[in-house]
Formats: sequence, structure tokens, C-alpha cells
Amino acid sequence: MTAETFAHRHPPAGSTPHPPAGSAPRPPAGAEPGGLAWGSQEGGLPLTPASGLGLGVAMLWFSLLVLIPLTAVMVTASEQGWSGFWRAVTNEQTAAAIRLTVATALLVTAVNVVMGTAIAWVLVRDRFPGKRVLELLIDIPFALPTIVAGLVLLSLYGPQSPIGINIANTRPAVFLAFLFVTLPFVVRSVQPVLSELDREAEEAAASLGAGRFTVFRRIILPSLTPAIAAGAALSFARGVSEYGSLVLLSGNLPGKTEVASVRILSSIENDNLGGAAAIATLLLAISLVVIVAVDLLQRKLVRRG
Amino acid sequence: MSIEVSAVSKLFPQRSGRGIRAQRDNFVALDNVSLSIPTGQLTALLGPSGGGKSTLLRIIAGLERADSGRILIGGVDVTNVPPQRRNVGFVFQHYAAFKHLTVRRNIAFGLEIRRRPKAEIRARVDELLALVHLEQFADRMPAQLSGGQRQRMALARALAVEPTVLLLDEPFGALDAKVRKELRDWLRRLHDEVHVTTVFVTHDQEEALEVADEIVVINDGRVEQVGSPEDLYDRPANEFVMRFLGPVTQLGDRLVRPHDVRIAPAPAAPGAVTGRISRVLRVGFEARVEIRTGDQVVMATLPHSEFRELGLDVGAAVAVHVATGAYAGRG
Amino acid sequence: MIAYLFLLVAWPLYLVGRNAFADGLSDLRSILTDPDAVHALTLTLQVAAASVVINTVFGVGISLLLVRYRFPGKRVLNALLDLPLSVSPIVVGLALILVYNGRTGWFGQALESAGIQVIFSGPGIVMATAFVALPLVIRAVVPVLQEVGDEQEQAARSLGANARQTFFRVTLPAIKWGVIYGVVLCLARSVGEFGAVKVVSGNVLGSTRTATLMVEEKYLNFDRGGAYATAFLLALVAVAAIISVAIIRPKEPT
Repeated sequence: MTAETFAHRHPPAGSTPHPPAGSAPRPPAGAEPGGLAWGSQEGGLPLTPASGLGLGVAMLWFSLLVLIPLTAVMVTASEQGWSGFWRAVTNEQTAAAIRLTVATALLVTAVNVVMGTAIAWVLVRDRFPGKRVLELLIDIPFALPTIVAGLVLLSLYGPQSPIGINIANTRPAVFLAFLFVTLPFVVRSVQPVLSELDREAEEAAASLGAGRFTVFRRIILPSLTPAIAAGAALSFARGVSEYGSLVLLSGNLPGKTEVASVRILSSIENDNLGGAAAIATLLLAISLVVIVAVDLLQRKLVRRG
Repeated sequence: MSIEVSAVSKLFPQRSGRGIRAQRDNFVALDNVSLSIPTGQLTALLGPSGGGKSTLLRIIAGLERADSGRILIGGVDVTNVPPQRRNVGFVFQHYAAFKHLTVRRNIAFGLEIRRRPKAEIRARVDELLALVHLEQFADRMPAQLSGGQRQRMALARALAVEPTVLLLDEPFGALDAKVRKELRDWLRRLHDEVHVTTVFVTHDQEEALEVADEIVVINDGRVEQVGSPEDLYDRPANEFVMRFLGPVTQLGDRLVRPHDVRIAPAPAAPGAVTGRISRVLRVGFEARVEIRTGDQVVMATLPHSEFRELGLDVGAAVAVHVATGAYAGRG
Repeated sequence: MIAYLFLLVAWPLYLVGRNAFADGLSDLRSILTDPDAVHALTLTLQVAAASVVINTVFGVGISLLLVRYRFPGKRVLNALLDLPLSVSPIVVGLALILVYNGRTGWFGQALESAGIQVIFSGPGIVMATAFVALPLVIRAVVPVLQEVGDEQEQAARSLGANARQTFFRVTLPAIKWGVIYGVVLCLARSVGEFGAVKVVSGNVLGSTRTATLMVEEKYLNFDRGGAYATAFLLALVAVAAIISVAIIRPKEPT
């Protein structure tokens, strides 16, 4: 069942370095927004025929799998022209879903910024038994299938909840689901930066008269802001895209607990691919705007010191 | 402002071995140390690595707490006062620069915390920039400065709030030899100008001898000796201090400085020690002469010109004695 | 804040386990014996395996290219490679349908006439799964590649090794743990994919229903026990992945 369509792709492995002339790239100091970080790349070898071929093949695969399909979404959305796009998106049910999705994602991101930083702090600075268990717990939402996540939350906060809280099919359920799946992002983004901080700088600030809160605000936070922002951007994008955990938990009630992803799915099922593409494109655009805004905001904050 | 250290002890719990064989030893960083540093003096805490000097400095600053004993600054008991309120300036070996702030804002930090008026801050920072010769780097980031420049910035930053006491923890340890020498001189001249009670930690005896008014030798958590550079060099209290502060050679059962060993062609007065020259090493203007006397090897150093006048060479028989008035310790 | 984590993650997770075994092992056993259920589980594993293989080969190759070489558009590629993480799984499914759908897809029509069906069939599921897990191996391997540096490779060259030998004897062993880490993450993600697969698979019982889809279906059909049992199995995989990752990762110096 492995798609034979991909058989033509040979492992780019054969295309590895010829006499490497460049110096070894330096590991990044601290995390950079996004995942792939390497600071300023001063070199790297020029492409050889073999590695060039490898790159070409890899790019071909990447285009076939990711780039072209995503472009297709945007193209399909635009095929209906502005009016078609607008109609699809401002449909009352859809608009409500989009509003709910974005608002909840923003709220959840705000919570994550605070809680995520706090959790990262405790993990890095405090010592207590069971810390490793805590680390594992934090990664669970990342690895758990979303549908299972829905069931997981349902078992504690649904109709058969042992503590009597039943928020299934309500707005808080959406909030909860988003919170669950986005939990790791800020924590994992902040943690490495926090552990690399220069503790002596904090001591220097203390010797100069800064109290604990001032040290945190003026010395620690500015170093963390880029990492927090990166985590927040990921958290928002993830929240806005969430689908699986909501299927069982939120009931997808139109106008109340229906999120954008669900609207897209129902459009697809109604063979309205254009409408689906329109909503999808709008979501992508919103994510992009938020990511850029967060990046600008954190640059400004850091500069103010 | 004077500093009084009174019976300070500090233990660091150590764990060696794993599992059931884990033992809890305590590493004694400081053992009942008492010390008195007068106002306005430049004092060096000198000793080998791990001897406790940095720990003592950090306890004076409030960055660590002693297990017992007291610290008084200007007569006030600050043992339980947090570092924020001790008004102590601290300079770290690795600069501890605020990486996200410019040089100017680094230096201004302490003043901004105290909410001084902007004009006052600006004036004071300019003054300090001039003092440390970093005027043209004022708006750069620390990452753009060299190690020596960063340390000067760190010093200016510490001085900005007019601390009563200035503490430096191996301030030149991370710099290369040439920069180290320059900054050493510069620190001495700065102290002469500013007259803040200053304590610095070093493991480099040359640095201590060159810069300090008074040296405290600390080893294994204990004070070995306190005194001026001359005192310590010429009249060391014990073998450790003698060996740590300068070259040592053994003649009979006495420890002597090689430059206090006199050699003369044999025969000598009855009772004097005799031997043969086994090696002569010429280093710069010095001649280092190795003499075998029976079962001992004695080093003598003297100006090369003098050595030449003696007309001696490898294999010659010589009489060896200690210069009159020179210090000779028990070996 | 420990309470926060407890209420959000730990307790609910425990409850799933408890509910799965609420009726003893009967639910679990029925899942493991019902042929449709077994097929779903098998399908999930096969798809996940394919996705892991594809993404590992692609991932290691791209990582090498990104870290050791320079070429125009490298930074853009870097950013683009992270795209799958920010895209909703439903949108992933939509995107693949638009291109590979037999009737109206850009390439789908051509493929269909060649007899290859992507959407509503195995290849589509594999593609969807590979899509969402794409960046994981890369993100795990790149930092390790950077840290290792190319000195060892240079040494190998100076000793006469050719490109292939250098890669298999020097580079690959050096980045081994990064690759394993990426593979485990990729596996967990591939096993767990739901939304994208739902869209491209058509959820045809017995042939394109994966384990995650099965959880949804069973729950909606009031087979709570079955749903919990399947969910439990999937959660087990996820937890196993996390634990093995935690063991693989060198202990952080505290």
C-alpha cells in the first residue's frame, strides 16, 4: 500500500558533502521564532551536481505534497472572485464560527503566555521530586491524537464527569480543548532560553539594588520575550486549526460551539469546495497576520528594555 | 566604609557515590574566618582555586549566606540584609553584562532603579563613560565590545550608584595577558582617584603584589596571613604563603628565596655549605644557577653580569650561603 | 500551577484508562478481535510506517542540505517547511483533495486515467499523514547536525572516504539520536492524525478507516466501551513515544 507514486524519489543521501570547505555552522544561541533556527549562516558549501539533484528531488516532493495543494486552496478561493469569497465567509453561520475560533484562540494564547512561562520557570528553576513526570505530562497534548484528546477531556468534563462538571456542548468546552492542545507550545519555547540565561546578570542587577520583581521585569523578561512570542504564535496557529478534539466535546452546535474547521469540513461534504477554500484562506491569512503582529510586538518590547 | 568579617563559616553539601553508597560530605568553603578591612583600602584576597576566596567575597556582597558568623559594613551588621540593600558594587569575572541594553543603559541601570531624574542619570553616566574611556561606545551593545571594554563597562556600572564598597571577583581572569596587565594598572590608578574600599579576588600572586595595599592569603577556607605585599613576600608566616607568593628553594633545612642565595668560588669558610654547579640557565638579565650540594639541589638567581664576574661555570665548586638579613623559613 | 496541569492533563488521562477498563478487558479484547477494528489498527500502523519512512528520508536529506549547503531561497524554504504545523488538518485534507481528487483535481484527473486513485484511498491517507508530520524529523535533526559540525566529515574525507561512505559511516551515526527522536515524534503524530485523514479517506468501513476515525465512529454509535478501548491503545502509543523520547534526550544539566 505504500504509494508507488513515490518510488521514483531516491534518498538524497547520496548527495552528501564533497570536500567540505566551509567552516562548521555555529549552533544558535537561544531559540529563534519558528522551529528551524541557526542564527546567521555564514557559509555552507555551494551545491554540487549530486546535492543539487537531491535538492531538486526533495523540492519536487515538497511541492507535490505541500506547496501545490496549499496553493490550490488559495487559487480555488480566488476563483470565485471577491464577491464569491465574501459571500462564503460572511455567511452567518460561518462568520460566527470564525469569530468564535479566533476569539477563543486569542484568549487561550493569552492564558498560555502566562501559564506557559510560569511552568517553564518552575521546570528550570525549581527542584522537586516528580519533575520528570511533569515534563512528560506537558508533552502529552503534543503527541496525543486529537480525537483521543477530546475523549480525554470528555471523561473529566463531560456528562459522566466524576466531579460533576459537565461542559460538553458549551463554549467553555471549546476553550478547554484549545487550552489542552496548545499547552506545550509556550513552555517548550521558553524553557531552553530560560535555562541558558546568565544568572550572574541577575546577581549583578540585585547588587545594583533591583528587587526580585524588578530583576524579572527588566533583566529576565526581555531575554524571554522573543521565545514567548514564538510560542504564542505557534499556540495561536494551533488553536485556530484545531478540529479533532472538538468533534466529541463541543457538539459543533452552529452559532454556539462550531469552529471554523468544522465549517470547512461541512462545506467540503456539501461539495462546496470553493466555499471551503475561502474559509481556509481566511484562516491562513488571520494566522499570518497574528504571527507577524506578535513578532513586531516582541521586537518593540525588547528594544524598550 | 570598612568591612568586618567575623567568624564566618560556610559549608557546601556534597554528595559522592550513588545510590546506597552515597555519602554526604560537607565541603568546607570557609572555616571560621575573621578579617578586618579598613576604609578606602585596596585589598586582595589571594589564594589557589577552590580556596574559599570567591565564596567569602560573595558572602560580603550578600549573594551567598554564611552558615555562621557576621558581616559588618561601616559598622552596620548586614549579615541578614539582602544584596539589594547593601549598596555594594560587584564586578563578575564574566562581566554579567545586560545583553539587551546598550552600554549607556547598562551603566545607568542602578540609577534608573533608584528613579533618579533623567538629567542626573545622563550626567553621571557621561562622567563614568569618560572615567573608563568608553565614550564612543556608549550606544553600542555589550556584544560589540571586547572583553576588556566589557569589564570596564561593568566597573562603571558598579560605580554608578556610588557604592560604599567595591568587590571584584577575578575581574581579569577572562582576559588575555596583555589586557590583564593594562587593566591591572588601570584599576590601581582608578582606586587612587576614587578611593572606594575595594576588595578583589585573584589567584595570580603577581597581580596581588602589584595592585593591592594589603593582601589576605586564603587557603582551604582559612586565612593564612594578612599583610602588605612586602610583609608577605619578605616575612611569610608559613611555608604555604612563602611558596605561593614567590619562588622558593631549600638550603639545608631552611626555605630561602633564590635571589637571597649567594654563591662564591670554593674554598669557603669552614662550616659553609659547598657544592658543584650543575646547570646555568640564562633568562633575560637573570642567571639561574643550579647547585648540587650533597643530596640537595639549590637554586640561586643573580644578575647575569654578576655571575659572569664570578668567573664560574658548570662543574665549578662553590660555597653557598644565605645573604645576611634575608628571610629563611623552616622547611 | 501543578494543579493546573493536573486538572488539564493528568486526571483526564487517567480517567480514559479507567473507562477503558471499566468493563474489564472485554472492551479491549473485542477491539483486538473484531476484524474491522483490527483492520483499522493495521491500517493506522501501515500508514504511520509509510509516513515515517517518507519523512525520515526527506527530513534527513533536507536537513543535510539546509545545514551544510547554501543556495538561493534557503531562508524561504526554511520558513515554508514549518507550514504543515500551522495549517488546520481539515485544510490539509481540502488542499489534497483539490489537487488529487479523481474528478476535479488538478492532477487527479490525469492520475485517475492512469488508474491511480489517491483520494478516498490508501495513497491519499499516506500523503495526508506525511503532510502533517513533515517538519518533525527536520526540526529534530537540524540542531544535532549543526552541533556536530562537519569536522568529522572533513576528517573522513581526508582519510579517503567518498560521499556515500562518509554519510553512512560518519554523518549518520553522529546524528543518530536526533534522527531517532524525530522518528518517534513523527510516528506519534502519524498514528494520531485525525482531521486530515477524515477528509481524504471517505471513512469507508473496512478499507479506509483508521484507528482515530474508529474512535469517533464508535463513540457516535454509542459503543462507548469500544471508543475508550481504542482511545486507550492510541494514548498508550503516544505516552510510549513521549517516554522513549524522554529517555533518549540527554538529561538537561540542572
